[in-house]
Formats: sequence, C-alpha cells, structure tokens
Amino acid sequence: MADLQQQIAALCPQAQFDTVDNLLMVTVDDAQWHALAQQLKENLHFDQLSCLAGVDWKDSIGVVYYLTNTDTQEMVHVKVATTDREHPMLHSVSDIWAVANYQEREAYDFFGIVFIGHPDMRRFFLRNDWVGHPLRKDYDENPELNPIRLEDEMNEDDTCTYIEDEDGNVKKVDGKVFEDDEYVINFGPQHPSTHGVLRYRVSLDGEMVKKVDVVSGYIHRGIEKMCESLTYPQTLLYTERMDYMAAHINRHCLCMCIEKALGIEVPRRAELIRLMMDELMRLSSHLLSYGCLTMDQGATTAFFYGFRERELIYDIFDRTCGARMSMSYSTIGGVVADVHPDFIKDVRHACDVIESKMKEYHQLFTGNVIARNRMVGVGELRKEDAINYCITGPSGRASGVHCDVRKTHPYSLYSEFDFDEVIRTEGDSMARYMVRMDEMLQSIKILRQACDKFEQCEGNEYIAEKVPKMIKLPAGHWYQQVEASRGAFGVYLESDGDPKPFQKPYRMHFQSPCFNLIGVVDLTCRDNMIADLITITASIDFVIPDIDR
Amino acid sequence: MEVKKPKIKSMRYEDFKDNEYIESLVEQLNASGVNVVVGKLDQLLNWSRSNSLWPFCFGTSCCAIEFMCLGAARYDMARFGAEVARNSPRQADYIMCQGTITYRMAPVLKRLYEQMAEPKYVIACGACTVSGGPFKNSYCVVKGVDEIIPVDVYLPGCPPRPEAMFYALMQLQRKIKVTKFLGGDNRKEKRMEYVPAEK
Ligand code: SF4
Repeated sequence: MADLQQQIAALCPQAQFDTVDNLLMVTVDDAQWHALAQQLKENLHFDQLSCLAGVDWKDSIGVVYYLTNTDTQEMVHVKVATTDREHPMLHSVSDIWAVANYQEREAYDFFGIVFIGHPDMRRFFLRNDWVGHPLRKDYDENPELNPIRLEDEMNEDDTCTYIEDEDGNVKKVDGKVFEDDEYVINFGPQHPSTHGVLRYRVSLDGEMVKKVDVVSGYIHRGIEKMCESLTYPQTLLYTERMDYMAAHINRHCLCMCIEKALGIEVPRRAELIRLMMDELMRLSSHLLSYGCLTMDQGATTAFFYGFRERELIYDIFDRTCGARMSMSYSTIGGVVADVHPDFIKDVRHACDVIESKMKEYHQLFTGNVIARNRMVGVGELRKEDAINYCITGPSGRASGVHCDVRKTHPYSLYSEFDFDEVIRTEGDSMARYMVRMDEMLQSIKILRQACDKFEQCEGNEYIAEKVPKMIKLPAGHWYQQVEASRGAFGVYLESDGDPKPFQKPYRMHFQSPCFNLIGVVDLTCRDNMIADLITITASIDFVIPDIDR
Repeated sequence: MEVKKPKIKSMRYEDFKDNEYIESLVEQLNASGVNVVVGKLDQLLNWSRSNSLWPFCFGTSCCAIEFMCLGAARYDMARFGAEVARNSPRQADYIMCQGTITYRMAPVLKRLYEQMAEPKYVIACGACTVSGGPFKNSYCVVKGVDEIIPVDVYLPGCPPRPEAMFYALMQLQRKIKVTKFLGGDNRKEKRMEYVPAEK
C-alpha cells in the first residue's frame, strides 16, 4: 500500500492520503481530479470504477470513488468534494470510466451535483419536474412540493451538458436526446419482456436499433434515504427488497459490513449457514433467469421446468426461515435461528434433483436451433467494454473478465471451498446463458462441500455472536462487496459516530450490479434487430428494483 | 327471486373472513328486488365470469415473483380459470397490482387501469400496494394504490404467500357472484372520476 501511495503522490503532489477500512484513501481537489483519474487508469491500471457514492457532509458535498485494478484486484478509494452547496460542480469522469455515465446521473439526481463534461446531465430516477434533491441533508420533504402527479412528464427529450472553457467558466448547453428526424418507439415501462418496469426509448432505422435511451426510476423507492432514518438492524430489511433474487446475499453483505465496522466475528456455524443460503439463492436466481430467458423467446415449457425446481429451494427457505421470499434470516452477528433439523437432507436432495434435471434443461433449450440462432453471436460485449462499464457477475464472466468476488476478494468461508470460476470468452448472449447454467453446477458443488462441513461441526449450536442492543459505530466509512447472483453487490456505509442511543447510518449507498448492467443495453443492442433487444436484455438479466433501489 | 350467498367450491362459506361485506352486497341486491328470469341469467353469467378471470400482468417488484409461482406448476392458477395472464389491459378482467407503486409509476398505472374494459376489478397484492408497506416513509412511494385507483380486494403480506393470493382471488370471485350484471355491471360505460377516500 505504501508503494501505491508513493506512486499516486508522484502523479499528484497535492493529494492527501489516509488509510480507512484497510484501503488507501486519496483526497484530492476537484481541480486535480480529472487529470489524476486519467493517470490512475493509464499508469496504475485502475481500469474499473467499482462504486461511486455521493455523500453530503454538510459543510461540503462530494463523491467517493472506489477503483479496482482488474489485474491485481487491488482497490483504492478517492474522495472529491466541493464546498459550494448552492451549485456543487465536479468534473465528470464518464470519459474515463464509461460506467460513470449513469452513476453520475444518479449522484446528480440525489445531490444536485453537476458533473462538468458529462454528455447527458438529466435526472435518472425521479421525474424531471421533481423539486429538490432528496438525499441532501437540507432536502425539503414537504409533500406539497412533490405531490403525486398524474400527468405525464413533459420535455422528455431535453438534456443538457455543462462545458468548461479555458478560463474555467462553466456554461450550460442544451441538447436533445434524439434528433428530430429519428423514429423513436416507446418500450415499457409495463412490458413483460423488460422483467419489471424498465422503459426504453428506442430509435429505429427499419428494424435496426440505432440508439436505446434507458428511462429508469419507475420503481425507485428511495431506500437509501429511508435507511438514514432507521437503526442498523432495521435497515437490513431493505436489502432483501432490492434484488429479491439475491435476498440472502444482499443481506449477508450489509451484515458483514456492519460486523466489520463493529469488529465482531461471526460463529463458524452461522457463517456456514449463511454461505449455504447464499448458494441456494444463487441457484434459485439462475433457475429463474433460465425460466424467463426461455419464456422471452417463446419456450414456455422451459419456464415451467425452471420453476418446478425452484419450489424445492423455496421449501428449504420456508422450513428454516419461515418465508418463501423476503426471508429476513441473517442478522448482525449471525443468523436469527438455527436451521430446520432436515435442512441438510433437504439441501442434498435439492442438489441431486437439480443436477439431474440440468440435462433436461439443455435438451429442451440449449441445443434448440431457434435458440441458437437467436443467441449465438448476438449482442456481443467485448472484454474491455465489460471492464469499462463495470459489468460483473455472469454477464462479465461471459466476456472473459475475472470478476467473481468469491475468488477476487474472498469473503465469508469461500476460500475454504473448492470451486471454479466459470469464464467464457465469446461475450454473446449464448455465453451469458451458458455461464449461468455452468454456475449452477458450481453452486451445487459448493453446497455439497458445505453440507459435509456442516455435519462435521455438528454439536456446536452457536449461531449468533452477542451484539449490543444499541448498535453504535465509530465515525468512519466502510465498503463491503459480495458476489450476488447478478454481479458484485457493494455496500458503502458511513457513520458520523453519533453518540445518541439509537444511532442511524449517516449515509448508506448500495452499489447494485444491475445498475451497471443497464449501462450496456445501448452498447450491445445497437445495430441489432429490435427483436434481439429482448434476447439480449434477457441474457444480461437484470432485476429492476435492484437498479432503482 | 332471492339472491343466495355465493358458493366457492372446496372452501366453506364460514371459512372466509369478511362475510359481512358479501352479505351486505346480497342484501342490497335483494332490497332492490330481482326478477326471476334476469336473476337466473345473472347467476349464470356471474358464474361464468367469476370462473374465467383473466389477470393483467402488472408486476413491479418482489410480489410479481410470487405471482409467477402462482402460474407455474405447483400452484397452477389454471385451476381457477385465471391462468390467461394478459399483457394488454384491454383483454384483462382484473388487475392484480403486485409491487410498490412509485410517483413515477402512478400515471402509468392510472392510464392502464382506464384502458381496461368494464367490468374491471383491482386486487391490491402485497403490503406495498395496500399502504406503502415497508416504504411508507419514502419520498416517492404512493401510500396505497387506492389513492389513484379503486380497489376491490386488499391482500396484505410481504409478499403474500401463493395460498393467500388464491384466497384473494376467491374473494374476488365471491364478489362477482353477488353483483347485478345485466343492467348493472354491463352498463358501466362512462368513465367515472375516482376520488380516493379520506384516510
Ligand atoms: S409487499 Fe413486500 S414483497 Fe411485495 S412488493 Fe412490497 S416489499 Fe416487495
């Protein structure tokens, strides 16, 4: 780390350094930031922007960037802030890391930070006639300012960009999303193939897609803001309602982040249970993607096959956690209750059944001529783009990126397990589909090993570490990543060390994998047929509430 | 002719929770007097209507996944004649609103509801649609869909279990069975402005 500090100091002498959460933190002024960002990417190979969290520190307002070097998996974070609260402005890095495009729009929406040089400075989640920026600490919550508006949004085509001239004057330049003579069709928000309520506006040339404008926010529920008014154990509930197909995994992540901040260690048994639940969740999620992907292409039977096996997993959840979905099972320090006595038996059974049915799935769909014609070579995503857009999870691995957090930053007990990271290099829809299918086998492999380990530690009924009733974190910030079903899920947690009895998080940001996934819709669908839009988005596979949070 | 209490196959009348509401509907019907011929025809029509309720796919979040399970093999909605989930509001009989409705979504939901043909029904499925649920304190979540569209059946749960969804479906069937169709439901052509009740 000291090396890295020296290298960065050489690039930017004004930078200040600190070590927070075992990571190097660099604080720079906005004036040097863009140049430093360029250097970090080119010279030090920090080619992935893993997380971008806007924060309102009251006296200043700014952004924390988490960068990853995809070769060494080294991470560093950079803090850039401005004291101008009236018109906060920072330089955009969307020309360096493409993923910043949507991320910065989110920060603009939440905090009103304008990014100079950003090509498309519109709101992302909220209506364009929204008043105020909700995550600012001085946001006016008066419902009269923002009533439920039942008329449509106007001027959807308007966008703007802020340009800086040589003297440092910033000028706003208005623009349009689509040209006047473009043929634009609307797609969603209530369309069965978007898997939820996402909306695209697609510009077409005949049947060819020329440009896709993603309009998100139809299920933006303001989770990050609500977390700021709840105590730590209460915030856990929202993690399960973002990506509900990775409910256990997301909750596990937040629990780990808070445990890390508290400095407590979780009993081995609880950690094993969590890990098994995570893998079951992954299986269930991949089965669902199989079902949906096949159904989107007209193979309705396959959908039923996928759902048939999912019920087995639901039964396991039901018996142990008491609910089929939204299980609320992990807590800070461990798990809520011990597993059902038949848990191991059920898990083994589910593994056997799913493994034996895999053949059926492939027979039914993978070899099918129509499926192959529609997926092989369609919607290719190159490796550089995947890294640039921070695409993780099965979609990233289908493009050859080594990005499985279970391998790159092993957490929980994953380092004890023997499993492979499934990587393919084609980067097309078929590859993304196949990575999921192969990952299911790896999950089964992990589950079987976990069952053995679990039986070995039988007799040790200790499932949760004692945690103080009132959880108080010291001032500071932490970041924790896990491998959710659709990619790397991260939690950025900041505490102000408030000594009051029921401490609330100062800022909680969820870096959801699906948010990054929609960034490549435009890239992958461009110059494909409009019908391929369905296949491509289905194979990228996103959960909309996870995008919108 | 006297209108009888609605019967649902395989579930006893006493096992349903809010029978008073259904009874009040029956009373209303009886009070206005029912012609035998029309009454019999009504019964027949309502029986067929209630057994082929086509839902409109409207899932915004978590609850929609449970709804998909409802359509899949284990729960099999087809037993209730409700498996034909439609993607167009114009072909659907009822809208099962699954998932949080946000401010941005509200105009869309309203429009979709208005596009449906009469007679139409709404099931508010899940805590979010009943009252805002876990997101009640949010700055951009509608606190219950009954602020924008009228609701026939409220179904709490986060998410409701598939069994509960069936219960809601059966409640809707019961409600349909005790309505006046000829000269009543089939005459509703004009668009009515919906005014939400004071909470
Ligand atoms: S009621 Fe619960 S499960 Fe249903 S949409 Fe709302 S949060 Fe999700």
